[in-house]
Formats: sequence, C-alpha cells, structure tokens
Amino acid sequence: MTKSLIYSLAVATMALGGTALAETIAPDAVEIVDMEVNASITGSAGNATDGRDAFADRKKGNCLACHANSDLKEQLFHGEVGPSLDGAADRWNEAQLRAIVIDSKQVFGEQTVMPGFYSLNVGINVAEDFKGTTILTAEEVEDVVAYLMTLKDN
Amino acid sequence: MIKMRTLTAVMSGLLAATAATAVLAGGPVDEALIIDGETEITTRTAAPEGHPFDELISGWHYRTDETRALQADSFQNPGMLYVERGEEIWNTADGAAGKSCADCHGDASESMKGVGAAYPKWDAASNRPVNIELQIDACRKNNMQAEPYKFDAADQKALTTYIRHQSQGMPVGIDLSQGEMQSWWDNGKDLYYTRTGQLNLSCANCHEENNGNYIRADHLSQGNVNGFPTYRLKQSEMVSLHNRFRGCIRDTRAEFPAAFSDELMALEVYVTWRGTGLAVETPAVRQ
Ligand code: HEC
Ligand code: HEC
Ligand code: HEC
Repeated sequence: MTKSLIYSLAVATMALGGTALAETIAPDAVEIVDMEVNASITGSAGNATDGRDAFADRKKGNCLACHANSDLKEQLFHGEVGPSLDGAADRWNEAQLRAIVIDSKQVFGEQTVMPGFYSLNVGINVAEDFKGTTILTAEEVEDVVAYLMTLKDN
Repeated sequence: MIKMRTLTAVMSGLLAATAATAVLAGGPVDEALIIDGETEITTRTAAPEGHPFDELISGWHYRTDETRALQADSFQNPGMLYVERGEEIWNTADGAAGKSCADCHGDASESMKGVGAAYPKWDAASNRPVNIELQIDACRKNNMQAEPYKFDAADQKALTTYIRHQSQGMPVGIDLSQGEMQSWWDNGKDLYYTRTGQLNLSCANCHEENNGNYIRADHLSQGNVNGFPTYRLKQSEMVSLHNRFRGCIRDTRAEFPAAFSDELMALEVYVTWRGTGLAVETPAVRQ
C-alpha cells in the first residue's frame, strides 16, 4: 500500500467518525473534580442501548462480573463483588457516574476493587495487547453512562 | 465496531429467549469431605499466627454439589486416572542410567507418604525453594540421566499428582526456617498484594476480600493450593499449580511469569503457607 493511499484512508476514517471523534478527551487529560466529570468526554451524548450491550459484554465493561442488575435479567450470571446497580441513577448524578466509570479510584479511593475503565493508572506488567489502551473507549464510556442514567427505581 | 455491537445484541437476545437469571447465593457450604466414606479430609481449620483469616477453608466448600460429590468418590474422581498413570511412570525405567523411581524409592505409599505435604522445600544445591515438579526433574537429571520434563508435560502432571496423592489427608505444613525460605515467603507476600494488569487486581482483591462472593459465574474461594494438581472440569484435565497461577494473573490482563520462575516459586511458598493445616486433597476436583 502506498503512503498516500494510507493517508487518504485515514482521512476517510476520520471523516466517518465526525466531529465527536475530534473532541474526544484522552484518558490522561480527563479531569475528575470533586468526584465528578461534568461534560461528555466525546463531546456528544452516549447511546443507552449500546451502553447496555457494553455493560454486559465480557470483553468490554463486563460490569456483571461484579454487579447485579435487574434490567439485564436475561443474562445468566450476575456477580456480587460490588453492590447491585438497581437504582444507580437515583443515588448518583450523571457527572458522578461518569467519574465512577472513568476512574473509580478517584471516587471510592485507591483500595477499591473496581477497575478504572478509562484510565492509564493500572497494575504492573500489563499484557502487550492491552498496553497503553483503556478497557473502554471514550464512546463506550459515554454509552455506559447513558445506560446507567436509565437505572432508576423511582 | 458496528458489526460487533449487532452481534452482541443478537447474542444477548438469544440468551434472553432461553435462560432465566440464576439465583446465586455465595458462601462456603457447611459439609464434611469424607473420601469413599473412609478418609476424612480436614477442609476447615484455624489459621496460623499472623494470617489475615481466622479460619482456612478449602476450595472444595465453594464448588457445586455435583463437583463435591465427584471428589468424595475415588472411583468417580477423574483425577484418579492420573494417579494410576503416575504409578506406571514411577515403576518404569527411563534415562541412560536405566533406573526407575521405584528402584531407589521403593514403595511410594511408604517412601513418599507426607513428602508432598511439606513442599516447597529449601534446596541447598540450587539455592532456592523447589516444588515437587522441580524435585522430580532433579532426580531425573542427577539420578536417572534423563531429560527434565517440559512444563506441564502429561507425565510431569501425572507423577506430581501421584506423589502428592501419597499425602492425601495429611496437613499441609512447610518449613520456613530452612535456608532463605523466609525471604521467599516475604517476596511471595508482596506479590500476593500487588495489583497487576489493565484490570488492576491483586490475588488478595479476589481471594482475600471477596472469597464467598460470585464474580460473574465463578464462586471465589480463598485460593488455597492443598488440592493441587487439581482436575478441572472446565478443561477436562489435570491443572498444575503454576498453570493455575498463570491463569489467574492472565485474567487481570497482565503478562504472566514463566513456570518455576522466582516469582511463581515465591508465590507458591507464600500461598502454600496460607493453607497451613488444611489436608492435602490431591487430586481435588474443581470446576
Ligand atoms: C472487579 C469488580 C468490579 C467491576 C468489574 C465493576 N465494578 Fe463497579 N463497583 C465495584 C465495587 C467493589 C463497588 C463499590 C465501591 C467500593 O466500595 O469500592 C463498585 C461501585 C460501583 C458504582 C456505585 C454503586 C452504587 O450505586 O452505589 C457504580 C455506578 C458502578 N460500580 C458501576 C460499574 C460499571 C458501569 C461497571 C462496568 C463498566 C463496573 N462498575 C464494573 C466493583 C466492580
Ligand atoms: C538413583 C536413585 C534415585 C532415582 C532413580 C530417583 N531418585 Fe528421587 N531421590 C534420590 C535421593 C538420593 C534423594 C534424596 C536426596 C536428594 O534430595 O537428592 C531423592 C529425593 C527425592 C524426593 C524428595 C524426597 C523428600 O523427602 O523431600 C522425591 C520427591 C523424589 N526423589 C522423587 C523421585 C522420582 C519421582 C523419581 C523418578 C522420576 C526419582 N526420585 C528417582 C534418589 C533417586
Ligand atoms: C479476578 C479475580 C482473581 C484474581 C485477581 C486471582 N484469582 Fe485465583 N481464582 C479466581 C477464580 C474465579 C478461581 C476459581 C474459583 C476459586 O476457587 O476461587 C480462582 C482459583 C484459584 C486457585 C485454585 C483454588 C482451588 O481451590 O483449587 C488458586 C490457588 C488461585 N486462584 C490463586 C491465585 C493467586 C496466587 C492469585 C494472584 C497471583 C490469584 N489467584 C488471583 C479468580 C482470581
């Protein structure tokens, strides 16, 4: 493949991504202030339906590994390492939920078992395939946050 | 990306049609392990001094009714096939010296009784702790002029299972006063509490803080080693201890150390100590 062809492919891909991609905040540039991240880290609102999938997907959020969630009762196994997320949006506002998903250590403290899903502050010896990457992309973070906002009891 | 999402949606749709949420209630079962109605196995015991737990509990208590029943019946326990294979190897000559293990050690039920319960042990010759696998390799090299086994070779697992089985029912207890065992214990402890990988989890996050809880479909135990090598139903085969360690480390999305490396030997020393007083179960059955 020639360099110019690669270049035009890259431009085309970026164009497909649209403006949202251009405004994405990198993991090490996200600022968590008073346990909140106020604005979307992609510049646009997430999609709750996609967020529901990412929440359950073992290769993405795999949130069910640790949390029960009645809204996903069609999924066979729900973990019990963390609290049930039923009514999560009654307990937390959107900016707080975004902070929890991005880097829970900055909300619950360093000792929490919950991984940071958009953080590079991770454990030692990260496997080659995952080095320098985050568990969720910025878009997936926003999708999951949009989905969490639907978990209301009252 | 779009393709992936559609696929996931289709898959969860399929699941929705066929399955209802399983009701999971965590915690160890309150039962006794008696093998063939004869050999009572100590699966719960008071922890040694300086241990984070009050009570040590074998992984057996965290498994399903079916899995526990398999282990309690040595005719049904699939791990017993490996014990039998191990006995064959024990009695078969190998290597340029033309010797078998039995030629020097005789009847394993006598010479190896209690041996597996006391490993890892300090080894002055190599100036580090050795486990059963490394001791077998040392005998093959020095006493039989045979090649050491490749890690997880079928015969290595069978022979290790056979030797550990001779200590079934005997309490795990290692001697930390020999050589530099204590500093290997210290290193193992550091590793046990070190978070690894992109998921940023330590052994303690799962096996100390969350034993008794489900992590998705898996019921977390204290992560004791008294049943190793264990027969895993999921893999339909015997799993060595270092293979299990590596699996747990890999699941944190971390690179895992080589089998028998300093890291994994230190972990083996420390984690074996954490199970002090539990009886050797080999071959245990796990899911
Ligand atoms: C390895 C286990 C683990 C995983 C995986 C995990 N969490 Fe958590 N989570 C926890 C724990 C433990 C807590 C409780 C906080 C604490 O005390 O450390 C928690 C707390 C939370 C809370 C606040 C709970 C409340 O309502 O009070 C939210 C929201 C949350 N997690 C969302 C998520 C989402 C979304 C995902 C997937 C993207 C996820 N978690 C994945 C362990 C986990
Ligand atoms: C030529 C004789 C000889 C043969 C053959 C031999 N060994 Fe050994 N083995 C020894 C001697 C001597 C020791 C004790 C000294 C030492 O540790 O090297 C020993 C020690 C051991 C120990 C440690 C016992 C303890 O109390 O810690 C184990 C386990 C063992 N051998 C297993 C085996 C196995 C398995 C085989 C066959 C693959 C085998 N040996 C073949 C001579 C032999
Ligand atoms: C993300 C959670 C997690 C982490 C972190 C983890 N493990 Fe495990 N481990 C498991 C699960 C799940 C099992 C299978 C169920 C059980 O026995 O807990 C298991 C099983 C084991 C077993 C077998 C227990 C038995 O009874 O057969 C041992 C030993 C073990 N782990 C040791 C370790 C060590 C040592 C570390 C740290 C290097 C570690 N684990 C880290 C989840 C974890």
